[in-house]
Amino acid sequence: MEGDGEVTAQTEQKWAEKASVLGKEDMERVLRRIAVEIVERNKGLERVILLGIQRRGVYLAARLREMLKEAEKVKVPSGELDITLYRDDISVLSDQPVVHSTSVPGDITGKKVVLVDDVLFTGRTVRAALDAITDLGRPERVQLAVLVDRGHRELPIAADYVGKTVPTSRSENVEVRVKELDGEDRVVICERTGGTESGVEA
Amino acid sequence: MEWRHKNLITLEGWTREELGFFLDQTEYMEELLNRPIKKVPALRGKIVMNCFFENSTRTRASFEIAGKVLSADVINWSSSGSSASKGETLRDTVWTLEAMAADAVVVRHGEVGVPDYLAKKLTKASVFNAGDGTNGHPTQALLDLYTARQKLGNLEGAKMAIIGDVLHSRVARSDIQAFRKMGVHVTLSGPATLMPENTASLGVGYVSDAREAAEGADILYFLRMQRERQEDGLIPSIDEYHRRWGATDSLVSLASPRAVVMHPGPMNRGMEIASSVADGPRSVILDQVRSGVAVRMALLYLCLGGVR
Repeated sequence: MEGDGEVTAQTEQKWAEKASVLGKEDMERVLRRIAVEIVERNKGLERVILLGIQRRGVYLAARLREMLKEAEKVKVPSGELDITLYRDDISVLSDQPVVHSTSVPGDITGKKVVLVDDVLFTGRTVRAALDAITDLGRPERVQLAVLVDRGHRELPIAADYVGKTVPTSRSENVEVRVKELDGEDRVVICERTGGTESGVEA
Repeated sequence: MEWRHKNLITLEGWTREELGFFLDQTEYMEELLNRPIKKVPALRGKIVMNCFFENSTRTRASFEIAGKVLSADVINWSSSGSSASKGETLRDTVWTLEAMAADAVVVRHGEVGVPDYLAKKLTKASVFNAGDGTNGHPTQALLDLYTARQKLGNLEGAKMAIIGDVLHSRVARSDIQAFRKMGVHVTLSGPATLMPENTASLGVGYVSDAREAAEGADILYFLRMQRERQEDGLIPSIDEYHRRWGATDSLVSLASPRAVVMHPGPMNRGMEIASSVADGPRSVILDQVRSGVAVRMALLYLCLGGVR
């Protein structure tokens, strides 16, 4: 709230929900379309693997995997990728970001890797993910699937599959909620009500 | 969790939650060691000084590997051939390290309290205790804890026997602290001449008979026995020590079916541990070495990051 200078209020409630972008059904529909596009673009699913970026990308990749199994009767190998140790802001954050697990389904060399993330924003997360992938092997190609593209790129990076493009201002935050972690499937736009800019996810 | 520790001098101030979080982070660090390219850029541009005023092979090497996997620059500053042997005071050494813009100082010293002194004097660098006198060796305790948790799962209520020269062992002191914090029941055993006087105040039991300590234990921890102890008259003979307190197959057979055998290394085979046990199915001694690298990676990562 304007003029609300209390420190506790600022740290406890940094973001206020402003608008809903995707509901549960919308999210499912959008992911189904992305699944179809992945099959189309790769002319099938041969040598395709899904890599979800920690943390919400992992759950979205799992949904895509289920959908591909239903539609194509193919179990696409999938894994999870943590990019924390590749971040470019590690020495300027006030606290060290928590590391999550990385596990890749076998050798990724020669595979078609589809990176899955929830929100594409500055592009810095994807840059870090590309570096991480390079250290794990040499895929034939890497594609990017995101649920929401909110703009404001700081690097020359574009997605191959976009669920929804949402114009935002930098003072807003796009929050993707998945039921496994957040109890519901929904995408909302939040607005800052206090606190500092640190902690905004790229 | 917000990490609030800049240094590691002792585990005394670490909460159980912090230990648990630390071990979780270590797990993800260990995964990096399985990769074809074992390097991530997380600590690019950081300088880690390994200052060992006492001999060490695995601790020094594992701090070095840990730093290098995370892309820090690691410099080894050993006591022989350094200015320490030319009579430089510790205070001058500190100022030298500061002037060289070290981000972390890993220190092992024969005197108790040197890491603590460095941590108080150094304004910028993190300080990590790699062993000070008979006082403590906290990163050894962390890697022991990590290895035990990896093999046994939740350690709450587990039974541990620490057997050997507890009196002179900084490993024992740090391990007692760490394992008790995680809810492990610790019993000591060894010759009475090699026990500290205050076992009760450490929160642990003592039995002279190693078989009694090993009975039903989930973790059997054997300490390194220095041969000089015999010359000092603290143990009767090497043979007798081995028979009564050494890790033999018959002693290990008394432990719980899932028990693991640990040793901080380097081992004296035939003294505190029989080869059949050291190389046997219960031994996790090489896992400990591997854990040592992962634990030190987590430590460097968590304590060196950010703008503190």
